[in-house]
Amino acid sequence: MNHLNADMLARAKALVALYPSPRSALIPMCHLAQEQDGWLTPEAMSEIAELTGVTAAEVKGTATFYDMLHTEPVGTYVVAVCTNIACLLGGAQELLEHAQSSLGVRAGGTTPDGVFTLEESECLADCDRTPCVQVNHRYVGGQTAESFDKLIGDLRSGSLSDDIPTHGTLVRVRRTVGLQASKKSVAAERAAMADAQTSRSATGGGPAS
Amino acid sequence: MAITDPPKIVTARMGHADSHTLERYLATGGYEGLRKALTMTPEAVAHEVDTASLLGRGGAGFPAGRKWSMLRKNPVTYLVINGDESEPATFKDHLLIERDPHQIIEGVLISAYALQVTQAFIYLRGEFALGLERLQSALNDAYEHGAAGVDIFGSGFSLDIVVHPGAGAYICGEETALLESLEGKRGFPRIKPPFFPAVHGLYGEPTVVNNVETMANIPWIINQGGAAFAALGEGRSTGTRLFALAGHVRNPGTYELEMVKTTFRDLIYAPVLGGGIRGSNTLKAFIPGGVSAPWFGPDQVDLPLGQDEVGAAGSMLGSGSVVAMDSATCMVRAAWRITKFFSRESCGQCTPCREGSGWLERIMYRIENGAGREEDLDLLMDLCDNISPGVAWPPQQTTICVLGPSIPSSIASGIRMFRDEFLVHIKDGGCPFD
Repeated sequence: MNHLNADMLARAKALVALYPSPRSALIPMCHLAQEQDGWLTPEAMSEIAELTGVTAAEVKGTATFYDMLHTEPVGTYVVAVCTNIACLLGGAQELLEHAQSSLGVRAGGTTPDGVFTLEESECLADCDRTPCVQVNHRYVGGQTAESFDKLIGDLRSGSLSDDIPTHGTLVRVRRTVGLQASKKSVAAERAAMADAQTSRSATGGGPAS
Repeated sequence: MAITDPPKIVTARMGHADSHTLERYLATGGYEGLRKALTMTPEAVAHEVDTASLLGRGGAGFPAGRKWSMLRKNPVTYLVINGDESEPATFKDHLLIERDPHQIIEGVLISAYALQVTQAFIYLRGEFALGLERLQSALNDAYEHGAAGVDIFGSGFSLDIVVHPGAGAYICGEETALLESLEGKRGFPRIKPPFFPAVHGLYGEPTVVNNVETMANIPWIINQGGAAFAALGEGRSTGTRLFALAGHVRNPGTYELEMVKTTFRDLIYAPVLGGGIRGSNTLKAFIPGGVSAPWFGPDQVDLPLGQDEVGAAGSMLGSGSVVAMDSATCMVRAAWRITKFFSRESCGQCTPCREGSGWLERIMYRIENGAGREEDLDLLMDLCDNISPGVAWPPQQTTICVLGPSIPSSIASGIRMFRDEFLVHIKDGGCPFD
C-alpha cells in the first residue's frame, strides 16, 4: 500500500527521471510529501527511501538538516518572521514579540487549533520590505503589528487561500517536459564537437566565429 | 564620482509588469544571444566571456571565463547554477529569478554550449516558491519554443535543464555543499582539495558552478560583445552589477550600477538611489558586501563599488549587499544577531565553527542583555582568533569552508570600531539603546 497518493507518486517518479542518480530527487520528493500531508511523516520517508534507493534513516538524516522539512507536524500556515540584520534594523524583534503575543505561542510553536506555526526565520531575501514575513513561503510584504493581525485574520477566514496555498513549495510547480536529450546522443554530439575543436586547434586556428 | 548611466544589462525588462513571460522576452530581443552563440564555435563563445572579464557575481568574485577555461578540456561535465541566495540582506537574485527567468535560462544555454556540458541544473532556494513557479514555467516555455531540449533552434546542439529546489539551509550557497544537496544529501561542504568542483564535482564529474546573476549577464555579452562589457567599469571590475541596498535608508532596493564608477556615498545618499539615511539620524556604519564582510565607517563611504578597491580597504564587495546602519543602531545587538545567524547555520562539521559560533553568540547575548564582563571582549577576540587566526582580512581558515572565517567579521568590526559601546553595555548592565 503506497502512502503517497497516485498523483504524488506520478510526480515523484517523474522527478527521479530528471537526474543521473535517483537520490537527487530526495529533497524535491520531501516537498511533495509535505504538500500531501502537511509534514514529513515516517510513512512518507519510507516510501521516498524506496523510490530513491536509500534507507529511511538516510532520508530522515537528510531531511533533518533542512529548515523547510518538518519531521514533526506543523500548522496549516507556517508564518516565518525574519529577524536577521536588515529586518532587525526595521523592527523585526518588536514584530516577532507582537506575533508571539498575538498568536499566543513562542517562536517554533503551533497554535492549539493547529492553524498556525510561528517561526523566527533567517534572511528570506526580500530585504527592502522589512520586517519580512513569509506564509508557507509566500512573501506577504513588510509587516506592522496592525497589518500582521489583519493578515492572521484573513488567513483564518480563508480570504487569502488563493494567494497562499497550503504546504509544499512545489504545489504550483509543474514540469511539462521530461528530459529530451538522451545521454547516448548527447555523448555523441559532444564527442563530435570535441573532434572539431581538436582539428581546429591542430590547424592553428584561434577562436573563430 | 558621479552616477553614470550605463546600459541596463540585467534589469532592462524590469519596467514591464510581464517581464517574466516568453512573449515579453521575445519582444525585447530574448534568445537572440543564444541564436548568435549557436553560429559560433564553443571556444569563440567562451572567448567573448573571457574578454568581458566577467567576475562571478556570487560572492567570491572569481572570473567566470577563467573558471570555464579550467574545464574546457573535459568532455563530460555538468553546469550547475547557484540560485540559493541566502546571504543576509542580499536580495538581487530573488529579483532576477522572479522578474526575468528567461534571461537566466538563456545565459545557462549559452554557457552550456560554450562548455559543452551534458546537462545543466539550476538550484533555487526552496523558500523562493514564486521563483520556482516562474522559473519552471519559463523553462517549460523555452522547451516549447525550441530553445531548450533536443536540437536547439535546429543547430544540432541539445541540452536539458532541470530546476531543483533546495529546502532551507544557508550553507547550500557554498558550492560544494550545494552539490551535496543536489545529490540528495545533507549540505556538508566538501574538503578542497581534492573536491574542487572543476575536478570532482556533481556525481564526481567535472562541474562548473556559476551564480544566477553571472548567468543573467551572458546573453548581453554575446549580443554586444565582451569588449563592450569590459569597457564598462574599471580595472578588474567590469560591467554593471546589482547592489541590494538595505537598512536605514529612505529607498532600500536593488540597483544596477556601473562597477567602480559609483561609490558607496552615491548608493546610500543619491536621491535616485538610497536617498540618504531615514529620519534625522546619520550614518553610523555600513556593511559593504553581506554579513560575512567586515564593516566600514562613515569615513569610508567614498570608496568606489569595485571588487579590488573594497578588498584593499579590508573588506569585500561579496554578495553585492549593502546594509546602512544609522546612529540609533545598537552595534552590539547588530553583531549579536549576525553571530546568531552563523551559529544557527553552521553545518557542524568543523569544531571551530560549530562550537565557536555558539560560544560567541552566547557571550554577545549576555553583553547585550547586561550580563557581560569586561574580560569578555578579549575572550570574544580570542575565540575569533581560534576560528580565523589573526582575525585579519582576507581571513585565515581553520575550517572546511569559508562560513567559519566569516563569523568573526561582525564581532571584530564591532569591537574595533565601537569598543566604547560594548563597554557601556557591560558597565551599565544593559543596552543603552533600549
